[in-house]
Amino acid sequence: MNQDQYRILSRRFDRRDGHRLAAYEADGGYRSLKRAVGELGAAAVREEVKASGLRGRGGAGFPAGVKWGFVPQGAETVYFMVNADESEPGTFKDRYLLDYDPHAVIEGSAISSFAVGAKLCVIYIRGEFGWLVDRVQKAVDEAYAAGYLGPGAFGGAYELEMIVHKGAGAYICGEETGLINSVTGQKGQPNIKPPFPAVSGFLGRPTIVNNVETVAAVPWILEHGAVAYRKFGTEKSPGTKLFSVSGPVRRPGVHEIPLGLPFREFFTDWLGGMADGEELKAVIMGGSSVPVLTAAEAMETALDYESLAAAGTMLGSGGMIVIPARCDMVELIQVLMHFYWDESCGQCTPCREGTGWLHRIVKRLRRGEGAPEDLALLERVCDGMAGLTICPLADAAVMPMRSFLQRFRPEFEALAAGRRATEPDSRWAREIRS
Amino acid sequence: MSVPVEDGTGFGLGEQDAARFAGILARYPTRRSALMPTLWLIQDRDGHISDAAVAWTAAQLELSEAKVREVVSFYAMYRDRPQARHVLQVCHNISCHIMGAQPLLAHLEGKLGVRRGETTPDGEFALEGVECLGACGMGPCLQLGKHLYEHLTPERADALVDGLRRGDPPRPDTDRDLEG
Ligand SMILES: Cc1cc2nc3c(=O)[nH]c(=O)nc-3n(C[C@H](O)[C@H](O)[C@H](O)COP(=O)(O)O)c2cc1C
Ligand code: SF4
Ligand code: FES
Repeated sequence: MNQDQYRILSRRFDRRDGHRLAAYEADGGYRSLKRAVGELGAAAVREEVKASGLRGRGGAGFPAGVKWGFVPQGAETVYFMVNADESEPGTFKDRYLLDYDPHAVIEGSAISSFAVGAKLCVIYIRGEFGWLVDRVQKAVDEAYAAGYLGPGAFGGAYELEMIVHKGAGAYICGEETGLINSVTGQKGQPNIKPPFPAVSGFLGRPTIVNNVETVAAVPWILEHGAVAYRKFGTEKSPGTKLFSVSGPVRRPGVHEIPLGLPFREFFTDWLGGMADGEELKAVIMGGSSVPVLTAAEAMETALDYESLAAAGTMLGSGGMIVIPARCDMVELIQVLMHFYWDESCGQCTPCREGTGWLHRIVKRLRRGEGAPEDLALLERVCDGMAGLTICPLADAAVMPMRSFLQRFRPEFEALAAGRRATEPDSRWAREIRS
Repeated sequence: MSVPVEDGTGFGLGEQDAARFAGILARYPTRRSALMPTLWLIQDRDGHISDAAVAWTAAQLELSEAKVREVVSFYAMYRDRPQARHVLQVCHNISCHIMGAQPLLAHLEGKLGVRRGETTPDGEFALEGVECLGACGMGPCLQLGKHLYEHLTPERADALVDGLRRGDPPRPDTDRDLEG
């Protein structure tokens, strides 16, 4: 199968000059923005994106066109924010878009801003992507100079201002209300919803937050139409999706696929299977926050929102973590529980205390100091966290914890019965992949 | 636009940074929303955000010092005290863990003669374990300043440290060899 036919978002990833305005324009770039402003108008853009069925790629999969429709009619000041906080372990796709095709992100952001009536667009890039902040700022400067942004753009018909905002190291700023608070100059702590940001967000005004990959699809959709976009993917999961793949497979990295592709086919044809000497044990399909699947379960599912839900997990961010047989699942869950405990913003007791408990119990098990009751205790702590907090970070910790425990229980039981954990595997990627 | 270079806080910006600060104030819709970029401006110059810088920022943005300090301490990348010249931040999250983050940390501990979380006595290097850096498919990896170093092996890690010790400019391999 020719895998390149599915490359909509990644079509310029192999070019050395894809990040330049001249190359982007020569490729038809900014035509969609011109058409949106000059011909279509905001309502028609919203309709086309709604018809395409494009779903948010930040994790929740909410239809973008529908979300845009939540901005109250006639709102005077509206803000648009692009979520490039990309901090979900296993995820590194937005980074590729910003690195190799920043103008597609800028054009998509500008069209999306236009569609919701925003005059200010903020691209929020995680602080760890320092070099990307520079690259995207350069591209934004080019877009200003070319008259696509700023005062006088489109003969005054649409004068969008665009800010590239650099985060400073906090996973929770990826949550949309945390992100908005961060841009306001506060701690990035989430708010209780409602009110939803689409009604009351940045500075109390309607604010739409979309993921980088979501907005990057918009120029293509306008250029080729919703019908063409729906030729890819399934009825309920239309289009293509970037998967960032990590772990000891032959071809890790960012791959674009039509949604609905069977995992087995993706694993064999796109990823080339496991690296030499490795055997597949488990797969986390959509970033560290979704439930893990066993190898057998993974092989029976397909990569779209519905199939993954039916398999008991989620598509999430498309951050696929491939776990080899040599890995100890309790060791891996300890790494993850440390992460969620570290990143809990501390506002909600169940999250702040619960993540700490989960981390400590798992650590204790691995030290050989566990007790058989600890497994039930882990479950009880999870029960006291899920669905009880301001934002879904607590659930994001519970989902891997519960699923690791459920699907790989014997490994936990052995430790609870007093076996000491094995030393961490000490191989290097080079040996793994050679 | 003139920005007071000296306002009683003992802190000031040079001409270029003052112009940058004015640009930030012009771009952001409220003074408070200019806080994060202002802190970055200061940290990029000084390496950390001092008490005087906090006082200056609070005065400029019409915020209490407590509000500024709260933000400095909330975000992991803002530093309130001087750092080692080179801070090596190794990702120890799940994908890198699978691909060898622990041996990389152990190797660097041996190479630098410090443990994770410590700084070499000469103040040249600090070694830290950090959460996912967004390079999961290219692990193990580390961050140094604005750049990522990926696909690390003992040899590549040694070469990086040796180069920095010699004073070579860091040669990031984050980005593929893109034009310009
Ligand atoms: C703890 C947490 C972290 C999140 N991190 C990100 C992130 O890094 N990038 C992102 O786009 N969305 C992230 N989200 C989801 C956002 O809240 C939001 O749903 C998303 O940006 C909306 O964009 P979309 O509709 O285009 O997907 C996160 C959510 C939570 C609860
Ligand atoms: S669930 Fe956790 S991260 Fe989310 S608001 Fe509550 S304490 Fe903060
Ligand atoms: S897990 Fe190490 S960079 Fe993502």
